[in-house]
Amino acid sequence: MTDTIAKSNGKQPAKAGKPSKAGAAATWADDRLGMAGMAKKNLRKVFPDHWSFMLGEIALWSFVVLLLTGVFLTLWFRPSMVEVVYDGSYDQLRGIPMSEAYKSSLDISFDVRAGLLMRQIHHWAAMVFVGSMMIHLLRVYFTGAFRKPRELNWVIGCVLLLLGTLEGFTGYSLPDDLLSGTGLRAADGFMKASPVVGSYMSFFLFGGEFPGSSIIPRLYTAHVLLIPGLLLALIAAHMLLLVYHKHTQWPGPGRTEHNVVGFPMLPVYMAKAGGFFFVVFGVLTLMGGFLSINPVWRFGPYNPAEVTAGSQPDWYMGWPDGALRIMPNWETHLWGITVSWNVMVPILILPPLMLMILISLPFVEAWITGDKREHHLLERPRNAPTRTAVMVALMTFYGLLWAAGGNDIIATHLRLSINQITYFMRGAVFIGPVIAFLITRRWCISLQRHDNETLLHGYESGVIMRDAQGGYSERHLPLPVARAYTLTARDRDQIFVPESEADANGVASPTARKDKVRAALAKYWYGSNIQKPTRAQLEAAHHHAEIEHDHERALENSADGHQFDGRHDVSGEELTTKH
Amino acid sequence: MIEKHELSTVETAETEPVADPGLPEHEPRPTDVDEAAERRAERQVATFFGLSALCTLLFIVSYLVFKVGDEPTVKLGFGLSTPALGATLGLALLLIGVGTIQWARKLMGDHEIMEFRHPGASSQEDRDDTVAILALGAEESGIARRPLIRNSLLGAVGVLLLAPVMALRDLGPLPGDKLFHTIWKKGMRVVQDVDGTPIKPADMEVGQLINGEPAIFFEHDADGEPKIEGVELNQEKAKAAVIIVKMQPGDIKAAKGRENWGVNGVLCYSKICTHVGCPISLWEQQTHHLLCPCHQSTFDLADNGRVVFGPAARPVPQLPLAVDDEGYLIATSDFTEPVGPSFWERG
Amino acid sequence: MRLTQKTSHRIAGRLSAGRRSRIAAPLVLLLGLLVTGGMYAALSPATAQTKTADEDTVAKGRALFLVGCASCHGKNAEGIQTVKGGQYGPTLVGVGAAAVDFQVGTGRMPMAQPSTQALRKAPVYDAGEIEALAAFVSSLGPGPNVPESSQYDVKQSSNEDIVRGGEFFRTNCTACHNFAGSGGALPRGRFAPKLTGVSAKHMYEAMLTGPQQMPVFSDQVLSPTDKRQIISYLKKNEETPAYGGFSLGSVGPVSEGLVAWLVGLGSLVGAAIWIAANSARSRKKAQA
Repeated sequence: MTDTIAKSNGKQPAKAGKPSKAGAAATWADDRLGMAGMAKKNLRKVFPDHWSFMLGEIALWSFVVLLLTGVFLTLWFRPSMVEVVYDGSYDQLRGIPMSEAYKSSLDISFDVRAGLLMRQIHHWAAMVFVGSMMIHLLRVYFTGAFRKPRELNWVIGCVLLLLGTLEGFTGYSLPDDLLSGTGLRAADGFMKASPVVGSYMSFFLFGGEFPGSSIIPRLYTAHVLLIPGLLLALIAAHMLLLVYHKHTQWPGPGRTEHNVVGFPMLPVYMAKAGGFFFVVFGVLTLMGGFLSINPVWRFGPYNPAEVTAGSQPDWYMGWPDGALRIMPNWETHLWGITVSWNVMVPILILPPLMLMILISLPFVEAWITGDKREHHLLERPRNAPTRTAVMVALMTFYGLLWAAGGNDIIATHLRLSINQITYFMRGAVFIGPVIAFLITRRWCISLQRHDNETLLHGYESGVIMRDAQGGYSERHLPLPVARAYTLTARDRDQIFVPESEADANGVASPTARKDKVRAALAKYWYGSNIQKPTRAQLEAAHHHAEIEHDHERALENSADGHQFDGRHDVSGEELTTKH
Repeated sequence: MIEKHELSTVETAETEPVADPGLPEHEPRPTDVDEAAERRAERQVATFFGLSALCTLLFIVSYLVFKVGDEPTVKLGFGLSTPALGATLGLALLLIGVGTIQWARKLMGDHEIMEFRHPGASSQEDRDDTVAILALGAEESGIARRPLIRNSLLGAVGVLLLAPVMALRDLGPLPGDKLFHTIWKKGMRVVQDVDGTPIKPADMEVGQLINGEPAIFFEHDADGEPKIEGVELNQEKAKAAVIIVKMQPGDIKAAKGRENWGVNGVLCYSKICTHVGCPISLWEQQTHHLLCPCHQSTFDLADNGRVVFGPAARPVPQLPLAVDDEGYLIATSDFTEPVGPSFWERG
Repeated sequence: MRLTQKTSHRIAGRLSAGRRSRIAAPLVLLLGLLVTGGMYAALSPATAQTKTADEDTVAKGRALFLVGCASCHGKNAEGIQTVKGGQYGPTLVGVGAAAVDFQVGTGRMPMAQPSTQALRKAPVYDAGEIEALAAFVSSLGPGPNVPESSQYDVKQSSNEDIVRGGEFFRTNCTACHNFAGSGGALPRGRFAPKLTGVSAKHMYEAMLTGPQQMPVFSDQVLSPTDKRQIISYLKKNEETPAYGGFSLGSVGPVSEGLVAWLVGLGSLVGAAIWIAANSARSRKKAQA
């Protein structure tokens, strides 16, 4: 094993190029910056290659697209609520009084060439930005990449998700069209529902009574300065930590907890990642060109007495909106005060709670399992059945609320009743995740079982054998070593066992109670998992298979036949050939 | 180095069911062994880049040729500018991306290389040194020995936090009683939104819905200026918008004290949802139900605006109506309760 | 315009009130002739059905009604009550010709079976039969007449009309029919239908009569001019080019979110899979 690693490490020594102008410039720069040391370390930094490792990159690149298109939009957008009369190119609104923000959005859409394209790219990029953060988060969770030493990067990622969502909401509100104004109207309602300080918060944010004249400029500052600044800083931290920890990798031949195998940053990864930026930008631009998004001119300017059917937030705010829709109408009136549970629970309590749950997942798991080791090899979702099931349950909860947020569109397009959908969702958000949890957990465990079957008895070759009695059976063939190794390259689960409750002197352990809970949880966490076979089991199974194989060889018409699986050269061979 | 790392694995190689076969041998690509394939790949990548440049040129052409504004270029029902610019720019970008990636996949060296990991933690020595330096700093500053200085500093910084909080006070005025009142008052005419037409109950048919506003929104002062406009108009509208509906008088179940709030089956309700404030005018004339398109709260307007479905907790407020001397609808007072979303001090 | 409308209401009212008297028939005939004669000169044949309530047409309409409508609405269109007190088919006395023209002309009536909502479909009756049915129903009691083509002729609308129509539309209509007229949900499985592809006449009639759950927008409050402006706005939207590409159904952020996931993230994840996929391998050994 050591040999292989040694062989594969360091292919060609770097050669010093001939002195050139570029070389002279580099020397000039290094004399002042001293970058060569760091460049030497990092330019050939290894990144493992797997499609699921590029999901975060989609988020990164769509963020860059957002910055570029956003700068373009700021050149024309005027974040002002001063009332002006529209005199632009869109006939249907000419002569209508509207805010300057809405007018400039219309001007960008109709009177600036490529303006509408940029607006649409910006909006699609925002939708994809949050979406790709989310699938990146799912990948990190399902593969166990959040474990030590990467917990803090998980936390940063969760905060990025929150900030990305807020950034999206502030952007959605800026054009001051009917839809964004309706969103702000709801946000005003949410704030007013806050205990004690609700109406004060609303008056301070809107600079007086809703809608006032301050909200658009204020949101604009948050949207183009405050939140992007925080996002940039946290993205930098997120990536610095990635470089410091080095990327996780899938287990496989030669890939261990102590190395990282893949392509060097220069040139392969740089080309692939750089190329991916252009692909992301290209796809978003094509979407911006062909798929209409947020047609603000159809909505009309914001008017507090108007509303449209299908008033929804962008998708990432859909799930709290769904919670809001299916929440029962509970409100408490006591001693001259009003407590609006119907708004507080779905909007002020549930989303922060979900974020807290998300952030705490690595820490809760580490506490339950008692695992304090560093992990750089990823786990397949099936090999952590309870962890996988927890996230699938959360996804189910999220997905049901998400669907509830589009209940009116579902009702009209699937010919259902919004009332029935709402009643269904009220139950389903509680029952659904439990069912999803149980199914996922058992599903993972049976996949583990299947892996063990394959390891012990080989893979299904597709060759059907008929024995002397006329019975049929499928021949199983042993796995190639590389695959067998990959399947077994995982930890055996170690269930936390508390130390005896009292020490030798009969003094109860101070953590006895906590340990008991922890032991019970750990037992549930790992209890039903299928462990990989031991070497002895594997050898016994292979031995057994060989004996059977030998028996078959003695039979008149036995055939190996696995050469006919389509992956081998079979010229000149016949199935009936005796071995 | 390698030794040390191998020792720290959880299971030693002997107990592993399958021994690590090590990194597989590098398999060459067709482009590594076949010069024709290599040249083909080279041409392919260069073609991608060339096409990209062509698309950029087409982008510039589209920018100059396809018009926006008053007389946009239109084909097949599409404004051509955006799709043409999007297609050309999108392909220009995409082709650079595809070309670069194809270059990496087909032609750049594809030998996987390996790097060793190092534990994330600092060495114990570094940790000890850092702790010692921190201790030295604490000692030299005397922060531990001089609690008076330390505590007064902490106190001062704590108090300082009040400054930004205070400085934000002028973000907005205090709510006062603004949320409890609207612009409606006794005798104000109820008029149709948009054009300000006053409404005669006799002109309304059963099943009719009118989106209404207080007449003052359409009135002008002596100088011909609107009495209310701009931001102030929007603020008042956000509370004062109403809907007027006419039902069979027999269908109406007026609550005690509200028997005289309607005129011949004509009732007037706030248009602002009591949930989070969306304007609601989605009225079903046969069921008399009013649905909010935002979160589906449903109110029964024949039954005092009672909530029949959805997350809203309070009935939608009703505006008491009468007719003036000319037979037009007027309000007999402001709403008797705050309109719109709930808030803490609402009661 | 408003005046003509009111006069025609009154005429219709007198007609039905005097229907049972002995001189009713000749009177109706006379009036019918007068009205048809006068109107035919002024109106195009396509909308000439408006005032031809002569006895023959009414009789033809009655015959059609008894076959196609009476099973739900009753033999005399008095409506049929269900056991629970609901309505199997509502009374049609006083709904007017406009309601018949809308309901039958858009194929909503006759319904195949009682259901939550009558759906738009290809009309079962031809123009002449619809006219006859309308004449029969309007002979039962006074109600709004089928509008004249000049009332919903959008060609005479200026851009100011269209802009104002947009304001009326957003104030009165978008809450149910959505900002682009794509329709929206109502309680209990009912829905507000799409407005695209609906003829100007039917839009006018729908506002005038308030079919099914839709509220009435009578001419006295939402004047014929207001209605024409609304229709002009919708028709203008239909001919406005799609500036931003495909509209994705114009139902707002829900379909946009779906597309962002399926098209946007779908294709980008696909690209990631392609980037990381192993390219073809050769079994030949490198020459070097």
